[in-house]
Amino acid sequence: MATITSLQTRPSGGLRGFGRFLLGELKPRGPVLTPFNIVTGALILVTIVLLTIRFAGGLGTITNLSQDVPWGLWIGFDVVTGVALAGGAYVITFMVYILRLEKYEPIVRVTVLNGFLAYVFYAGALLLDLGRPWNVINPIIGNSFGVSSVLFLVAWHFLLYMTAELVEFSPVIAEWAGWPKLRKRLHALTLGAVVLGITLSTLHQSGLGALYLMAETKIHPLWYSEFIPILFLVSSIFAGLSMVIFEGTITHKVFRDRLGQPLREGHDGILIGLSRICAGTMFAYLGVQVITFVHQGRAAWMGTGWGAWYLLEIVGLVALPAVLFLVGARRRDTRWIKSAAVLTLVGIIINRLNVTVIGFQWNAPVRYVPSWQEIVVTLGVISAEIWVFRWVINRMPVLDFHVRPQEGRPADASAATAA
Amino acid sequence: MKRRDVVRSLCVLGGSVAVGRDLRGHSKVARAATSLPEATTDPAAEPMAVLVDTTKCMGCRMCELACANQNDLPEPEPKVDFSVRRRTDDTRFTVVNQYETSKGTVSVKTQCFHCLTPACASACLTQAMHKTSEGPVVWRADKCMGCRYCMVSCPFDVPKFEYFSANPRIRKCQMCFARLDEGEVPACVEGCPAGATQFGTRAEMLEEGHKRIWSEPDKYVHRVWGEHEVGGTSWLYLSAVPFEEIGLRSDVGVEPVPALTKEFLYAVPFVITLVPPLLLGISEATRRSGDDTREEV
Repeated sequence: MATITSLQTRPSGGLRGFGRFLLGELKPRGPVLTPFNIVTGALILVTIVLLTIRFAGGLGTITNLSQDVPWGLWIGFDVVTGVALAGGAYVITFMVYILRLEKYEPIVRVTVLNGFLAYVFYAGALLLDLGRPWNVINPIIGNSFGVSSVLFLVAWHFLLYMTAELVEFSPVIAEWAGWPKLRKRLHALTLGAVVLGITLSTLHQSGLGALYLMAETKIHPLWYSEFIPILFLVSSIFAGLSMVIFEGTITHKVFRDRLGQPLREGHDGILIGLSRICAGTMFAYLGVQVITFVHQGRAAWMGTGWGAWYLLEIVGLVALPAVLFLVGARRRDTRWIKSAAVLTLVGIIINRLNVTVIGFQWNAPVRYVPSWQEIVVTLGVISAEIWVFRWVINRMPVLDFHVRPQEGRPADASAATAA
Repeated sequence: MKRRDVVRSLCVLGGSVAVGRDLRGHSKVARAATSLPEATTDPAAEPMAVLVDTTKCMGCRMCELACANQNDLPEPEPKVDFSVRRRTDDTRFTVVNQYETSKGTVSVKTQCFHCLTPACASACLTQAMHKTSEGPVVWRADKCMGCRYCMVSCPFDVPKFEYFSANPRIRKCQMCFARLDEGEVPACVEGCPAGATQFGTRAEMLEEGHKRIWSEPDKYVHRVWGEHEVGGTSWLYLSAVPFEEIGLRSDVGVEPVPALTKEFLYAVPFVITLVPPLLLGISEATRRSGDDTREEV
């Protein structure tokens, strides 16, 4: 079996012991009044105040949403972009548990944790945007099932995918809590959860694009096409992996003392491998973009400002980083790879916003620009997510688990038999 | 399965067939009781519709008043500036606009067009937006979660949201669904003094529209707006000038809007059934002998 070494103090003696352990774990570690904590703490506090106003007086009190633009920054950035950037979890679990590429095992836990938290917070941000959130349970309990709706599919998928991600991560929680028997049981569910998670991801990554298919007359022709679902799915692969590269780089600086030996030694190799995959999928994505370009007759728009904005996205923020990824992989230089990842992330954010916000109702007389409150709430949600992420990283064996390959790996056979 | 269970299921089946028949019989009775105008074709299949003849509209805005009274909305402002195009919102479900056209000033009433295959209803994940068999597209408060996807999908931007309410509703013309149930015509149709609006089954209204075009071919554009737009609507328009000149969109196509997501939704069951076995197969294929070490449970 996999031998896991965890640095935590294990709780002893029943529920009361666990309660004491949990209370101890809830205490902050390290200095509290750091500049980062002060800024993010302030953002979270202001967000709470703003959300109180919003739930008391309606969405109009703090947002610039209108009758023509009913979905703004919270859907376009928090949900649609956030989920694309969380795509790393399904790609990495595919590589580790389905293709059994051992090389990537050291990052599987942190990637799954990131994916899970991203869905909880960013898909959770959907609740803030609902006018009648107390009815959110309706599509689940069957009052009524709107099966002809893409949003019905996306809603169910978010729920199921969060569960799958939690199951994938649950052995780590069991290790932290010191429940080895439960850990084995949960671990046996991993492959099933991974298969479910990947299937759901292919459908809701594309589904988020399919949501906008009915808005044919409202989205700028440079970003509307019947291929939106395919473009969203393919781009979620390199968007997610770029996020893994970006997040890994930051994690390595911030949580240096938490890194386990395999991750410390293997990280550069992992980044080089991921950059090759990014470049490959980005060229495939560019291929689909070229087909769409010809199919939709987009050349006619190239002389306009919208055309320049489109070219910046496709050439400057997809083609260019794809080449940078290739060069970085060839030279085995992670600096190229990290810059390429940042450019790719900017490109994905702009792409998703072009479909959902910037190019939406593009010829309306009054354009939507998010209010400062919408931006602060978005930053507040991100801050809260980082706090939870940090709390978990500092306590659970996410970056510092040890695997002994000769005795089996996290992706071992027991999972397959369970599924 | 035990024999008793088989008998029991057969009983349930038989019962439901009987009940189904009964219900169908009842619905016919109910229909007769509401004394809705009889259609030329099968009345159950034929939705109700309104024909708007923009050549007859005087722009008096009595329909706006009737609508406001019927739906407990604030009374419309007595005087309006017709040079600015007005739009429906959460406090007015119908508005009259005037357009300067090649044939003089034309007044046009607008509201929800009650599509035959509505984008809003297919977008709704709780069926809060619902196309009734009688024709009106209605909104149901107990189902709606306020996601506003109906607003995103409607090609005419009809559904409106109460942005300044803690308990917001989606607001739009419901084609006076309750009045139709009582056998009455929509309030705006009743309130129209110029005879610019007429209510009946959709087949009748189309027939009436085409009849007017045939009898006065020089007066009308030779097309009924709403006959084919987005797959057909329950509000039909006649005009003396091209419809774009009076604010009725002709760029929306004749395909129902929900057809745009149909292909994607068709792919879903196949992905769900085909991807997991593929993944499990690859996972089996990549297993090495050393991987067979099992954890003791």
